[in-house]
Amino acid sequence: MSWYEIVTYVLLFLMLSTGLRVVLTSNVVHAAISLVLTLAFTAGLFLMLAADFVAWVLVLVYIGAVIVLFLFGIMITRAPLGKNAELDNENKIIPAIISLGIFSSMSYVLLTSFSGEVNVIDGASIEQIGLTLLGRFVLPFEMVSFVLLAALIGGIALARKDEALISEDQI
Amino acid sequence: MSIIPILITAAALFSMGIYGILVRRNAVMVLLSIELMLNAVNINFILFDAFLKDVLLQGQMFSIFIITVAAAEVGIGLAIVLMVFRNRQTANLNDFDLLRW
Repeated sequence: MSWYEIVTYVLLFLMLSTGLRVVLTSNVVHAAISLVLTLAFTAGLFLMLAADFVAWVLVLVYIGAVIVLFLFGIMITRAPLGKNAELDNENKIIPAIISLGIFSSMSYVLLTSFSGEVNVIDGASIEQIGLTLLGRFVLPFEMVSFVLLAALIGGIALARKDEALISEDQI
Repeated sequence: MSIIPILITAAALFSMGIYGILVRRNAVMVLLSIELMLNAVNINFILFDAFLKDVLLQGQMFSIFIITVAAAEVGIGLAIVLMVFRNRQTANLNDFDLLRW
């Protein structure tokens, strides 16, 4: 077993354990921090698969911005901090059965359909990614920019407190 | 390096996200679980991009688009949660029954 495989297996194991902690912990802030760790190990896996640019985009956008939004959301909605049992539904058996069923069927399909080795020699350069993004993929790129603009305006319009339109007892 | 362990890990992360969506009561925690699922999809895209040695880099392109759309989705989702919290003083999904028949 080469060093490459050892590092990849360690990253996969850490991803699984921190991902499990996101859905199992009863502390809200611990769940957000575990998601940070999961995303960081995912970025490590992307580096191992020679996708440098996507790895750093993941670090910047997710760990830098999205998690901060999540922590803001947790603090502003006054989610019960610390250990508490009120965070989950009482019925955990049926969700566990559903997710295990999806996992086993997906694993069956993947194990029977795919096999092979991934040999990572050299990744794409940033120049190549930029040329592809603004060449063949320029239409989806512009669409995504419109989605971001719509999300920006929608977020401002939703979260703005408008006294004339919304009174406390209206809804 | 065989691709099977990475594929199985992505499938496991995806089903963990489904479990989190179904079992959590707090709206912010449900959004966290959705992020976990999107992350699993990204892993598959990057893995197949490296596996197939795509000259057009379609796997990486789609991962970048997914990351962007996920960021927009989190912004809108948290804005809606804040809006509901301001009006009903709760972020518990079992109390969001305004549109329930």
